[in-house]
Amino acid sequence: MELTGAQILIKVFEEEKVDTIFGFPGGMVIDIYDKLEDTSIKHILVRHEQGAVHAADGYARASGKVGVCLVTSGPGATNTVTGIASAHMDSIPLVVITGQVPTHLIGNDAFQEVDIVGITRSCTKHNFLVKDVKDLARVVKEAFYLARSGRPGPVLIDIPKNVSNVKALYEPDQQVTIKSYNPTYKPNMKQLRKVVDLIATSERPVIFAGGGIILSGAAQELTTFARNLQIPVTGSLMGLGGFPGSDPLWMGMIGMHGTYRANMSTSFCDLLIGIGVRFDDRVTGKTDAFASQAKIVHVDIDPTSIRKNVPVTIPIVGDCRNTLESLNALIKPLDKAPLNDKRKPWIDQIQTWKDKNTLAYKQTDVIKPQYVVEKLYELTRGEAIITTEVGQNQMWAAQYYHFDKPNHFITSGGLGCMGFGFPAAIGAQIARPDKTVVDVAGDGSIQMNIQEMATALQYHLPVKIVILNNGYLGMVRQWQELFYDKRYASTCMDCGPDFIKLAEAYGALGLRATKPEEVIPVLEKGLSSPNTVIMDFVVAKEECVYPMVPAGAPITEMLLA
Amino acid sequence: MNEEKHILTMLVDNEPGVLSRVVGLFSARGYNIESLVVAPTIDPLVSRITLVTNANLPEIEQIEKQLRKLINVVKLRDLSGKNAVKREMALICVKAKPENRAEILRIVSIFRCKVVDTGLEHYIIEVSGNEDKINAFINLLKPMGIKKIARTGALALFREPN
Repeated sequence: MELTGAQILIKVFEEEKVDTIFGFPGGMVIDIYDKLEDTSIKHILVRHEQGAVHAADGYARASGKVGVCLVTSGPGATNTVTGIASAHMDSIPLVVITGQVPTHLIGNDAFQEVDIVGITRSCTKHNFLVKDVKDLARVVKEAFYLARSGRPGPVLIDIPKNVSNVKALYEPDQQVTIKSYNPTYKPNMKQLRKVVDLIATSERPVIFAGGGIILSGAAQELTTFARNLQIPVTGSLMGLGGFPGSDPLWMGMIGMHGTYRANMSTSFCDLLIGIGVRFDDRVTGKTDAFASQAKIVHVDIDPTSIRKNVPVTIPIVGDCRNTLESLNALIKPLDKAPLNDKRKPWIDQIQTWKDKNTLAYKQTDVIKPQYVVEKLYELTRGEAIITTEVGQNQMWAAQYYHFDKPNHFITSGGLGCMGFGFPAAIGAQIARPDKTVVDVAGDGSIQMNIQEMATALQYHLPVKIVILNNGYLGMVRQWQELFYDKRYASTCMDCGPDFIKLAEAYGALGLRATKPEEVIPVLEKGLSSPNTVIMDFVVAKEECVYPMVPAGAPITEMLLA
Repeated sequence: MNEEKHILTMLVDNEPGVLSRVVGLFSARGYNIESLVVAPTIDPLVSRITLVTNANLPEIEQIEKQLRKLINVVKLRDLSGKNAVKREMALICVKAKPENRAEILRIVSIFRCKVVDTGLEHYIIEVSGNEDKINAFINLLKPMGIKKIARTGALALFREPN
């Protein structure tokens, strides 16, 4: 069948069961848009290409599918870079299609030409420039395969206009084989038996779960594993929801803003089982002091994650779910009772660390941001999908909203990208129309992609934005307070917009709370509205996120409130 | 930990941008490249990159894993040990005044290399061998005055098992 490049692209989208595309048109993708009109694929017209990528990211995380974006060449392409970099750091499967100037103009500094393949080489899992329409179907197939397999990630395809608008023979359902790419899903059983031996002799074990649990769908297996062996669990920011937040074995998040017991237990454990994590610096603090008494088991599908940041006793390359399935089978014959007796003092010790209750905060006559997130948790019964911006809002959401299920916490973990949460919430809401989706934002970061209000309204998405409004770029202000003699250089933002009027200008509902007693009524009204809602909580201006480990310090050295 | 010299050889897809991915990986992650040689193999779809880097043990493990992760890298091997043949080549343009010409030719014959171009006042000499040999050769020519030098990086092949 002879089809144009644009038609071939859409055919492969259909083969890959793409139902939604986030994008923004332009001259070099106009042929693709023209053909997209004839299909049942839903196109979400964003207001800025960065929003398209974050929305596709949120869609991918909420649905477990590959997120797809379509943008034009030049500025359309460069605007996607931040979103791509964020998805790359967090291993989120995306396929990003960029238009490109016709092949005979490439390299001529043509109008709206950039070398987007060159620009994104280091922040994609892989990328392609398709110069011949005959390669297009194969390349798009490969892109989807690469994006979702192994350690997932964003893949970019640059398609020149004279590839999308010329015809070629379309061969459906091409098989993908990439000879140099064979991710290891099945772990080495010999290594796993060594892990079981270590578990059997360990007196102070800790499980450290990361985003790999969520990506591989291993939450159930992890829960079974930890409960069967009664091993306490901590998680990275990306791992929240991978283990039930309400389980007594859950110790909270680890790291710079981790809980007291998570940081202490990791520092004093004799066995640390890291699963689907990459021991990022925000987790480890000073690496020499990190888990210095422990043997470390590290499970990850990406071999480069292993031994990158910390020395590892038993490296295991494999998919988290496959690995935990095998481990669960191997631990079945273990006699658990003597193990539990042996670990009783350890569990008691963790309880005394827990009793310090370092997430307690003082209620005053101004709204505490922690209180807002706590009430949000209670009113949504922990069932909402929470996206966040980056900074204090993100950390409070991570600390005070207790995630019981995977795919419910969506945040820019690795890149730490302000402006992520709101477009990600749009994508999550499209993936999960049945869910309450809330973006926990700051007054600074919400302004970075506020233009997507129009997108939310255009598609009638009842996304809820909770702004913790302190008039500051709060996390940087916190660092300035603690480490820069309170010199608040360029962090004061107290001439922000009136968020109620802003909401109304877009046709959304705007609500505000300025006193603690108004928090619950505003949340109730906002959450029950069928509309897009901005809830503006005017919170304590100089509240800090605690515990806090100063950058580069051991994670036992926590500043407490 | 001690840094050591490693010769990495890899087969890569012979496509535009592949070298940039390899080199970009080194610069982005702060590894160094001491020398680099790239050319197609007998399979026109495959090129061989031979790269020399200085790294300690954890670093070289990361470098190899990162390189293997690149989709276009088909095969990679560390040829630093004794089981590989290693050669470099240099073209050296040396001043050849009448009083030095005989001495230069004597050195050339001792080192079993050859003169590939000659003029009234210069020789261009082609030398190949391991790094030490080429360094020694250059040192001997220095007193005559070296005008220009062009040097390849190391090439290496694993010795076939007998």
